[in-house]
Amino acid sequence: MYRYDEFDHAFVKERVAQFRDQTNRRVAGELTEDEFRPLRLMNGLYLQLHAYMLRIAVPYGTLSSKQMRQLAMIGDKWDRSYGHFTTRQNLQFNWPKLEDTPDILQALADVEMHAIQTSGNCIRNVTADHWAGVAADELEDPRPWAELLRQWSSLHPEFCFLPRKFKIAVTAAAADRAAVAFHDIGLKIIKNDKGEVGFQVLVGGGMGRTPMIAKVCREWLPKGELLGYIEAVMRVYNLYGRRDNKYKARIKILLHEEGDETFRKMVDEEYQKIKAAGGSVSHLVPEAEIARIETYFAPPKYDLLPDTDPQLAQHLKANAKMARWYEVNCATHKQQGYSIVNISLKPEGGIPGDATSEQMRAVADIADTFSLSEIRVSHAQNLVLPYVRKQDVVAVYHALEKAGLASANLGLVTDIIACPGLDYCALATARSIPIAQEISKRFEAPARQQEIGDLAIKISGCINACGHHHAGNIGILGLDKQGKEFYQITLGGSADETASIGQIVGPGFSAEEVPAAIEKIVDTYIGLRNKGETFLGTYRRLGPAPFKEAVYAQAAE
Amino acid sequence: MAEKRPLRQVLTANLLKDGLVVFMTDGAAWSPWIEDAAIVTGKDSALELEGKGNIAAKANVVVGPYLIDVLDVNGRPRATLIREHIRTLGPTVRTDLGKQAERAAGGSGQGGAFI
Repeated sequence: MYRYDEFDHAFVKERVAQFRDQTNRRVAGELTEDEFRPLRLMNGLYLQLHAYMLRIAVPYGTLSSKQMRQLAMIGDKWDRSYGHFTTRQNLQFNWPKLEDTPDILQALADVEMHAIQTSGNCIRNVTADHWAGVAADELEDPRPWAELLRQWSSLHPEFCFLPRKFKIAVTAAAADRAAVAFHDIGLKIIKNDKGEVGFQVLVGGGMGRTPMIAKVCREWLPKGELLGYIEAVMRVYNLYGRRDNKYKARIKILLHEEGDETFRKMVDEEYQKIKAAGGSVSHLVPEAEIARIETYFAPPKYDLLPDTDPQLAQHLKANAKMARWYEVNCATHKQQGYSIVNISLKPEGGIPGDATSEQMRAVADIADTFSLSEIRVSHAQNLVLPYVRKQDVVAVYHALEKAGLASANLGLVTDIIACPGLDYCALATARSIPIAQEISKRFEAPARQQEIGDLAIKISGCINACGHHHAGNIGILGLDKQGKEFYQITLGGSADETASIGQIVGPGFSAEEVPAAIEKIVDTYIGLRNKGETFLGTYRRLGPAPFKEAVYAQAAE
Repeated sequence: MAEKRPLRQVLTANLLKDGLVVFMTDGAAWSPWIEDAAIVTGKDSALELEGKGNIAAKANVVVGPYLIDVLDVNGRPRATLIREHIRTLGPTVRTDLGKQAERAAGGSGQGGAFI
């Protein structure tokens, strides 16, 4: 894992001291709320429905057990003993007091964490494939580049006041688990025709009220040119992105309005200027610097193990529940004899993404014993133990079961992404979590989930789409209709390497009607699917008509 | 035709120091309970209440005061919008948290903590 250097320590420490002073001045009345709001937002502190909310950055979703334990401690000491893992691989606390926040930020700084740039019109937390470094289908670990981008974008003087927020994601795997096509900039580490490794640069993806799939801005970029080229993209956006209308201020709108070709030319021209400027500031990433960062992400010293573990096989044969969990939640590791263990934070009928302080400590303990003290947060609001030996899988399962963290539903119908919605969020127009809970309860039978197979349901409580509903195979968007919550259902969205935006199936539903409508959609899929065909495959083959017919026939009954 | 009822409003805000939801009382104090809120029915009295809220905001007691519409339900005010109703209770998915939990623990509307 990356460890802070003296520069990192210094700037985080300075920021804590600044925020302590700013908070004191606010409480003393020396700063008005209008003056203070941008300062607290720059430190991740929002004012939500019931209280303040602090959003803490988890860079590219990688956490140490020590950091996880500190989060648990913060939850116990200053919050309500739980946290909410988000679709940006971050963690949110829902009840911190303003006066306690500087102490919380200090506690975060003590374990090399912060909440800087988790809000505001700046480059937000850089996300990555949550299986980075261990995925069997990966070209290389993308995290050194994510870390480079984190360092480059943190307090970058030119990009602190962009027209709107800006999100970057990185992956190096064939299967896109980082939803790169839905980012302002999505980076795919790929090989070109000559076999050289570099970046495919996607620009202009996003969700919100105008969902768009990112366009390829550069087919292949040499790795060393990453920052220079990204800087050119950012400069074009910073200069030409709209600031007169926040709903048209994201880079996706600029790209759309200019057209792909013109936008690419604008970036290329800017990039040529950067290259030509030369001088002391090269457009190339210093090789020594990336080499330095890469050392922090070097693969661990793996034990040389056989690919199969006879004892594990025996246990799985004897325990059907564990066998199901292993099949659903554990993924192929790049290292023989190891497993990637995914921890679902979606217990049947539970709140997606929530973990108690006790559970956080349990995960930290398990990571210490069985996963080289490392944990990942996924954008699907789950956790990952990246380095589990197959011979330890049984012990890990029992430890997770004891902590209430052994739900066997990764990627299934109950593994629902949901934003906090109107239960917490000041921007929300409807509740998301209760909808997720009702759907989860309706489909909780393991056999039913297994029968359905892979299915991504994603729920947002407003048009801002923090719950990624546009990218849900089944998306649900909560809105307000004359003071009542109602829900639009979209079908056919996908966040993977075949990214697509879901299409509205028809008129909306009341909260009570949603679970039955979802069940009808699922039943229609099961009735029409070909052998081995996923929900998305069936939808793409047949289109919306049969689903629409089924859902509204039911509504008319 | 149903009789048109006068618009009833209360003033709400969040406390600066902890962000918790409060309502302005008849005595221009702040209570965590909507039952303690001063209820106004006319434009002038609403403006007057809002003015008192703005003074409290300038005095750095609360943040963002605003009027909300309420209904009379069994003699008690109830926010008409679901958003505001949730603010008077706490998260509907965590009834062990927020005002609903405090109420269950005995911190009832009348006589709650005043600021």
